[in-house]
Amino acid sequence: MNYKIIIHILGLALVLESAFMLLPLGCAVIYGEREVWTFLACSSICFVLGFLLKSIKVNNRSMYAKEGLVTVSLSWILLSIFGALPFIVSGSIPNYIDALFETVSGFTTTGATILTDVEVLPKSMLLWRSFTHWIGGMGVLVFLMSLMKLSGGNNIYLLKAESTGPAVGKIVPRIQSSTKILYGIYTALTVIEMVLLLIGGMKPFDAITVSFGTAGTGGFAILNSSLADYTSYQQSIVTVFMLLFGVDFSLYYLLLIRKFRDVAHSEEVRVYLGIVFISILLIWINIAGSFDSIWTSLKHSSFQVASIITTTGYVTDNFDLWPEFSKALLVMLMFVGACAGSTGGGIKVCRIMILLKTIVKELKVTIHPKSTHKITMNGRIVEHETVRSVNVYIMAYIIIYTIAMLVISFDNFDFTTNFTAVAATINNIGPGLGMVGPIGNFSAYSGLSKIVFILNMFIGRLEVFPMLILFSPYTWKK
Amino acid sequence: MNTIIIGCGKVGQKLAEQLSQEDNQNITVVDTRYDVVQDLINQYDAMGVVGNGASVEVLLEAGVETADILIAVTNSDEVNLLTCLLAKKTGNCQTIARVRKPDYNKELHLFKDDLGLAMVINPELTAANEIARALRFPSAIQIDTFAKGRIEILKFKVADKSVLDNMSVWEINSKLNTDILVCGVERGEEAFIPDGNFVIKKGDFVSIIAAPLNGSAFFKKIGVKTNRVKDTIIVGGGPISYYLADKLIHRGIKVKIIEKKEEVCDKLCQQLPKAIIINADGTDNRVLLEAGIENAESFVALTNIDEENIMLSLFAKSKMNGKLVTKVNRVAYDEIIANMDLGTVVYPKDITAEYIVRFVRAKENSLDSDIETMHLILDGKAEALEFSIKENSPVIGISLEALPIKRNTLIACINRKGKIIIPRGQDEICAGDTVIVVTTMMGLKEISDILD
Repeated sequence: MNYKIIIHILGLALVLESAFMLLPLGCAVIYGEREVWTFLACSSICFVLGFLLKSIKVNNRSMYAKEGLVTVSLSWILLSIFGALPFIVSGSIPNYIDALFETVSGFTTTGATILTDVEVLPKSMLLWRSFTHWIGGMGVLVFLMSLMKLSGGNNIYLLKAESTGPAVGKIVPRIQSSTKILYGIYTALTVIEMVLLLIGGMKPFDAITVSFGTAGTGGFAILNSSLADYTSYQQSIVTVFMLLFGVDFSLYYLLLIRKFRDVAHSEEVRVYLGIVFISILLIWINIAGSFDSIWTSLKHSSFQVASIITTTGYVTDNFDLWPEFSKALLVMLMFVGACAGSTGGGIKVCRIMILLKTIVKELKVTIHPKSTHKITMNGRIVEHETVRSVNVYIMAYIIIYTIAMLVISFDNFDFTTNFTAVAATINNIGPGLGMVGPIGNFSAYSGLSKIVFILNMFIGRLEVFPMLILFSPYTWKK
Repeated sequence: MNTIIIGCGKVGQKLAEQLSQEDNQNITVVDTRYDVVQDLINQYDAMGVVGNGASVEVLLEAGVETADILIAVTNSDEVNLLTCLLAKKTGNCQTIARVRKPDYNKELHLFKDDLGLAMVINPELTAANEIARALRFPSAIQIDTFAKGRIEILKFKVADKSVLDNMSVWEINSKLNTDILVCGVERGEEAFIPDGNFVIKKGDFVSIIAAPLNGSAFFKKIGVKTNRVKDTIIVGGGPISYYLADKLIHRGIKVKIIEKKEEVCDKLCQQLPKAIIINADGTDNRVLLEAGIENAESFVALTNIDEENIMLSLFAKSKMNGKLVTKVNRVAYDEIIANMDLGTVVYPKDITAEYIVRFVRAKENSLDSDIETMHLILDGKAEALEFSIKENSPVIGISLEALPIKRNTLIACINRKGKIIIPRGQDEICAGDTVIVVTTMMGLKEISDILD
């Protein structure tokens, strides 16, 4: 294994994180908070350490699959460890595991919190919390790749490990141009949302943090009531943008280069929008009785469906009190997740589609044993490699889910709470049901359980294998 | 610059490897085999499309509308030509096709015009040309041509008792009464662009620039056996052998071809009435001895199996004293082979890829520079560039002595309307000339870049 190139890239990532900390630093200066010193100190620590690591002499710049996966998972761990520093140094979250939980929840765009009262946090801390969503949504290494050439040969393994979906590809031949386009689209959409929210009369600070949370499909809010206290217009804007950030980003590029036909033919997006539409309708009907006007119930139903399927986790109404059917449907949507190639988490619509198609194929083969069938997506054959990786992914996902459930059961909470707590973390959503529901949080869990949740969130964001490879002895053997 | 490569065989892969290293190249590879495409995009910074290149749908997906160059190098001539035709119709790019069947080869000029091809490349023919050139200058290891063959850069090794040993560069032309210019010397790992006081030692690899006739005169003067070979033995009767034999016979060289298969021999007999075709197994020592290998002036191993070719050349080396040429298909072991002293080693796939890369580079360069051709010399440590000189160029009308030229840069040759001038200090460059510059500074774009 080429350790030097890994260390070099980790160093670069840390330097980048120190640069990212300048944003909350600026915020602290504007609001005259004493956290100026916190962020100044943390940013300097990251910079110095990152610079030292970066300066390691790399003779052999080659990078293979193994190095790629290890670099990505280590960089996420490292960034989270140092990203938690401001919370501890400032004393906002004194317990280190809690601070780490909060940061990992931020970077992995989960949005689950251990804070019982977020409103007491200084503005700069709140901004840092929300900003971690935006950074983690598209990925730090993807950002680095858009800035420079990271290794001698190829960074495709980094891109594959950090982007979502079973078959990650580039949208233009050069990886650097590809990542630039992705970040360009990401930034543009974020800014558009901010502007629309500002037009709707939202305070600038709220508009910025809410947009960061939407863009990364994160879900940290700066009010204890999440998004319930904003106006209907503002909530609708967020609904639309949550759905937009759950779509494969390469489609926006296709729109930009005016290939409308390809966009219209994307099976995954059609199914995604179909699921969203039907779920909104069903929940709307189901909860219609609980609200005074049908428009209020439509608003809540669409907001909550968009928030859960894109794994954002914003809340406008305590859905823990909704009828059982609506709750069950929402929990199902937690597992479906957004489209591949988006910033959302979950299993991803296209994986579910491939799985369902595999089942249909199996049925056909059982009836006509000699017949041959190929699974297709967008009118194109899905390679066996991809189908296999999806199957293995699901198996690994279920096993990890079960183990996590078992371990956190020591805390002796009810089944709904435990089940949805794991679902909310491994799918990077945020709120679950019961004690971890929309008005609850994760603070009651023990330290051990919190560590399990932290791992869950990493595994969910990096889609299982980059994280698992760290624990495989074969990775580290010579 | 957007380039599409159709077909990811050895040549396609080599092209992807070389072109993807250039910063302004955006490469898309197309092949029908999923795993090959996957492998390529994992290895190089390129995009992949799986599908048949000769279908408009696939071409559109590969971005033919915005492509500048399309290279069709699948193993089927017909697919290549069809692809280029379709690309021309759907996009507005220059197309390059690999066409290897001798039957089509004769009608090449028709294809080029009617299908609008910018370049047609025949790997076997190019390999045969390369071998033929090697046989013309048996002592040269590498030959690069400029100005449509009117100028050559020849690389050779200075032998132990050569007159060149301990001679400084400025003495060469006066002492030996030749008209050449030493444009590069490799000594061990180092490469030099020598000035007049540079002293040549035995064991150096010297590159000279000269018109072809002056080149052979020079070789004669330094006592290297220069007379081109008079006869040759070729083992293997494939297409390269055919093209090579045809060329050599035209030059009056006696050719013996040893081929195992009878029907191939029959066909060669018809095509090459002047050649001696021997129907026997060339890997059999007795057959080679019977064919007179001990007295042959050159030996070319062209069977389809690399190992056989290498063994054949080693055997020939032990029996004869002439020029050896060995064909090797697989590039992977080139470093090991280079140590085996097999004479000139020819890699047909490599040559094909190199020709195409050169063409693509020239296209790329012609967008914003005056470079006509470019060769890597001195083992890749220096470039030889051919510039065309425009009216308002700053180098015009000043004698070369007075031009402030950068270090490690040499104006090696001036081509004035077909007349080749090996420049001296008093010579001047005129508008309309093309000049060849040898330099260790890579990435020159204009002639004015050579000035300090």
